[in-house]
Amino acid sequence: MSRGKSSRTGRFAVIGVPYLWLIVFFLLPFLVILKISLSEMEGVAFGNLLTWKEGVMQLTLKFSNYLFIVQDELYFKTYLSSVRYAAVTTVICLAIGYPFAYFMARAEKRFQPVLLMLVMLPFWTSFLLRVYAWKGLLSEHGWVYNIIVFLGLDHVLAVAGLISAPGQLMNTSFSLSVGMVYTYLPFMILPLYANLSKMDLRLLEAAADLGANPWVAFWTVTVPLSKAGIIAGSMLVFIPCIGEYVIPELLGGPETLMIGRVMWDEFFSNNDWPIASTVAVVMVLLIIVPLAIFNKYEAEAQEGSR
Amino acid sequence: MGASSFLQIQNVVKDFDGYKAVNNVSIDIEKGEIFALLGPSGCGKSTLLRMLGGFETVTSGRILLNGKDLADLPPYDCPINMMFQSYALFPHLTVWDNIAFGLRREKMPKDKIAEQVEAMLKLTQLGKFAKRKPHQLSGGQQQRVALARSLAKKPQLLLLDEPLGALDKKLREETQIELVNIIENVGVTCVMVTHDQEEAMTMSTRIGVMSAGQILQIGTPSEMYETPANRFVAGFVGNVNLMEGVLSHDAPDHVIIDCADCKHYVGHGITGTEGMDVTVALRPEKIRISATKPEGEHNMASGKVKEKAYFGAWTVYRIELPSGMILKVNESNTERHAEDALTWGDTAWASWSPSAQVVLTA
Repeated sequence: MSRGKSSRTGRFAVIGVPYLWLIVFFLLPFLVILKISLSEMEGVAFGNLLTWKEGVMQLTLKFSNYLFIVQDELYFKTYLSSVRYAAVTTVICLAIGYPFAYFMARAEKRFQPVLLMLVMLPFWTSFLLRVYAWKGLLSEHGWVYNIIVFLGLDHVLAVAGLISAPGQLMNTSFSLSVGMVYTYLPFMILPLYANLSKMDLRLLEAAADLGANPWVAFWTVTVPLSKAGIIAGSMLVFIPCIGEYVIPELLGGPETLMIGRVMWDEFFSNNDWPIASTVAVVMVLLIIVPLAIFNKYEAEAQEGSR
Repeated sequence: MGASSFLQIQNVVKDFDGYKAVNNVSIDIEKGEIFALLGPSGCGKSTLLRMLGGFETVTSGRILLNGKDLADLPPYDCPINMMFQSYALFPHLTVWDNIAFGLRREKMPKDKIAEQVEAMLKLTQLGKFAKRKPHQLSGGQQQRVALARSLAKKPQLLLLDEPLGALDKKLREETQIELVNIIENVGVTCVMVTHDQEEAMTMSTRIGVMSAGQILQIGTPSEMYETPANRFVAGFVGNVNLMEGVLSHDAPDHVIIDCADCKHYVGHGITGTEGMDVTVALRPEKIRISATKPEGEHNMASGKVKEKAYFGAWTVYRIELPSGMILKVNESNTERHAEDALTWGDTAWASWSPSAQVVLTA
């Protein structure tokens, strides 16, 4: 009996610590933000949501910030634009990351730790430095710039509308996307690699035995079986991309709209905390939807792999 | 050649970086046969099967199916399908889609595919599981899906890699017979690989025993058991007592072999010369056991009952002979409480008939 009790206490402790962490550092701040988004600016302070007036408790919730966000086109456009950048980044990361992870998982076993290490190597230097370095690479006379211009690819990019004019690579949708893909690629590769390296290769033999050539076997067996990895990687890229602030600030152009930057402006330039908080709350809601879908798939995948 | 065999394996060698996993193997297999490759793990039987399936290339030698060299056939045109060890069912597809997988690759019209899949479901009695995923099935059901999938394309040759290895003992016995019934029903020629001699004996028409990359003996199950060609086959197929001895008297109709614990009178002639070293193989169930000395002087030995295990239908004794050799005896319990006659520590007499032994010279 005593053993059962102590093991239960232990279990509570193990589960409790991360939950406590999340409550203190995520839920409570979020509630504070939620409160700010519903309150009114009174000079430099926020009005209280709960007030006592002549023995009556009054709850004042100001929803006008939300109404404002919905009505003002700028915010809608910014959300849309953020989602679009995040989606494009995710798709490009998947397109580059899948073959990468595939060949890593199929490489000789003794090389795999080295390849894995190489994927994680960028994390050893500051993220800020790495993003900043792209400024140099993409600015005039940076070597990446030189190669792109030499090959005439800048004309292609200009026609595609990713840069404003040939020869101008920095502070464009292009430079922003390059920075985001570069930064988030490992987050796509790692879950895909974990998934693909677990795959039972005899399934491919079975497919070959039943008359599927390697290409057909890849699309009918490997890809469907790596669905969980694709979803995990995509979520790990998509979700942080939506709220990304640093990369758009360093590599984005004046016209690139991202929620992160709008939030910064509202908080620190306009000092309008209620609106800024509202933007943040809506963003969280926007992210929770794909996250819920992800969790649903994850649960299904777990059941399927039993 | 005239009437050549359906499947001809001719001097096949598989070399892995200097290690000959399969070393000069030749087997002829007739149409409709269920041929079992039997051997311990690492003997090369799986490599040979994988070469038949086209998963490994042949280093030298040829494999002919219906007179055509397999190496010349492109994989998609190869009328051979394999049932994989632990099945390799596609976990993301339903039973129906698993079975249809190979048919879809053939660009078969939809209604033809449906017809064939339904036929396979019926054959393997899986109809009500068609919509399930493999992980929702029991081991035996998964095994039938694997069989249905490998038979769906109507292969001329079916390869089975440890077909029952993933099942528990009780289910295995039922499935053996069921599997053979289905295979014979379809009439497909079959090559199976197994390390389980019981499985090989119940399922196959002929067995090839392999060891260290080579075929040691090919024959029907009863040939393998009753006339093993050498010590390895005798020991691998069933239980056996092996006694070293010297050929002391050679007559056309019988021989006498002197061993440490007994003199063997073997009721048939052998090719050998007096004084040569031979091994006498004696199956445990061909030995009778008694508390008193039987008549005669040959084909008997006495020792202490060291162990005794009662199995209901029979009792297994291990008798320690004077030389220290342990003689295994399976006594069938033809009468109730027959096993009470002898117990641990008793002196027992083991005896056998002149036709019980096999004399091995290799």
